[in-house]
Amino acid sequence: MMSKSDGDICFGNPTELHGTKAQIPNVATEKNTFTRLDDEDKQRVPLIHGYSKLRSSTEQMHPAPYEARQPLVQSEGPSSGGPGAKAPRHQASLIRSFSVEREAQDSNSNYPDEPWRITEEQREYYVNQFRSLQPDPSSFISGSVAKNFFTKSKLSIPELSYIWELSDADCDGALTLPEFCAAFHLIVARKNGYPLPESLPPTLQPDYLQAAFPKPKWECALFDSYSESMPASQQARDSNRMEKATIKDAAADFPAPTQATTGDDSQALKSTADEALPKDMSKDPAIPKDSSSLKARPRSRSYSSTSIEEAMKRGEDPPTPPPRPQKTHSRASSLDLNKVFQPSVPATKSGLLPPPPALPPRPCASQSEQALDAESHPQLSRAPSQAAESSPTKKDTHAQPPLKPIRRKFRTENQATENQEPSATVGGPSSAATAKAHPTVQKQSSKQKKAIQTAIRKNKEANAVLARLNSELQQQLKEVHQERIALENQLEQLRPVTVL
Amino acid sequence: MAVCVAVIAKENYPLYIRSVPTESELKFHYMVHTSLDVVDEKISAMGKALVDQRELYLGLLYPTEDYKVYGYVTNSKVKFVMVVDSSNTALRDNEIRSMFRKLHNSYTDVMCNPFYNPGDRIQSRAFDSMVTTMMIQVC
Repeated sequence: MMSKSDGDICFGNPTELHGTKAQIPNVATEKNTFTRLDDEDKQRVPLIHGYSKLRSSTEQMHPAPYEARQPLVQSEGPSSGGPGAKAPRHQASLIRSFSVEREAQDSNSNYPDEPWRITEEQREYYVNQFRSLQPDPSSFISGSVAKNFFTKSKLSIPELSYIWELSDADCDGALTLPEFCAAFHLIVARKNGYPLPESLPPTLQPDYLQAAFPKPKWECALFDSYSESMPASQQARDSNRMEKATIKDAAADFPAPTQATTGDDSQALKSTADEALPKDMSKDPAIPKDSSSLKARPRSRSYSSTSIEEAMKRGEDPPTPPPRPQKTHSRASSLDLNKVFQPSVPATKSGLLPPPPALPPRPCASQSEQALDAESHPQLSRAPSQAAESSPTKKDTHAQPPLKPIRRKFRTENQATENQEPSATVGGPSSAATAKAHPTVQKQSSKQKKAIQTAIRKNKEANAVLARLNSELQQQLKEVHQERIALENQLEQLRPVTVL
Repeated sequence: MAVCVAVIAKENYPLYIRSVPTESELKFHYMVHTSLDVVDEKISAMGKALVDQRELYLGLLYPTEDYKVYGYVTNSKVKFVMVVDSSNTALRDNEIRSMFRKLHNSYTDVMCNPFYNPGDRIQSRAFDSMVTTMMIQVC
């Protein structure tokens, strides 16, 4: 192989020589052959260097053919008319080859090896991933960490081993940031079907990567925004939502390829930051939509490796965020109500803790407080009241601190009932009045329907209230029963002593 | 001038063995295998001696009519065995040592790769190329 390429170069060199010889007369229009030769020599050197950049392995061969050809050139020198005559014939092809040569040189300096060139977005993505593994961008990732990470890409182990070999330039078993970017890029390319190179391409060399991309500036910026968003996401719900929006905006700058991955991102953020707030779910679909629309723009520019990055993203998600504490109590005490309550009790009630015994009379007496409480907790009551109006069974689906919402639910239910009672009562006479005033069948039926619906709602709510009371009383009964059993046991323990 | 290079694991199975494909490789494999006994002998003879560079290199294990076999053992009891052609001008000891040193360095590079499990066959291309240079250099 090496000999062949040498041969090519050997053949190529004479044409280059001719090219230079041909061009010099055009440029200089000198007749002195020796000066021409000197110029050629001078011009030859940069050609050699330029060409040798492309084929570094054949550098050693260059002086030899040139030396061999010097006598040739010199012999041709006197016959200046010959080259001059040949010049126009060769010129076109030689200029073409020369321009190709120059293009190659330029391309060499510009590195248009498309598969091996890291774009800005990819670079940011890789840096982001690096940071997820190792917060300090100037430090390195250990071998085992990197191994686990790259294994997620689902390439075969020998291939991964080879990629590591290529990218770990100093063979220290750890990856610095440029090494990591190179390795990642190789994996991405391999996933997209590009064969792995024999040696590390120049665009992926660590020194090139460090030089090409000014790291410190935007790394710090990204790092700051990241660190800002992280603690911010720990705050209360409302601010949580706000911060989520900012996180997602910041994330929008990252080259997240598809909506699915951003969905994963947002979910990951949610799972880590949220404490199971299903209320946010109604608002969250809005936020991902906004962020996805933001991401739609960079997506058009992104590299074609969307599928691999998707796969990588999915693989790199933190291992299944803890399942959202579902409709059941999140901060509940260790008491497992499912076991406490008999199966006969409807399952919908299982999510409730029994309020303190003082509570049962409250629904009757606390109607005066409802208005105040409802005003003080407009948000929470809104949702429960909405849920109450929709269907009472769904009230249990709130994963809020059980005691408070129960109380509020009571109040709000009662408030709702209260609201609906006057409305119903208003509706009743109004319906009657309207029925009498306007004896049209349709209006009567509609009013009656409304009345029936309100009555149904009232009954359902009352039903729910009574069911809750029932459950609470049953709970109390069980506790008392257990106390009784304990006392009986104590009594029996004491008895044998007296008997014996 | 190695005609055959072999890396043997601690448990005496080959991790890497490569010979110049001019002759039957089986002969070389056999020579390497028999040389392991000599290696073990030398290791046990050392006993509790200090382990330094010199003792990693075992020197000529045994000469045959055509070939000489050299040995080298690492601290983790991984053995390198090299078979050289006797007909070539006798290689100096230093050259053999330097070749073993290169082998050892390449081997550690292979070990540094986290995707390499110790005990697997060595499939690293860098290692291959290094061995190739050694063998070609010799030939």
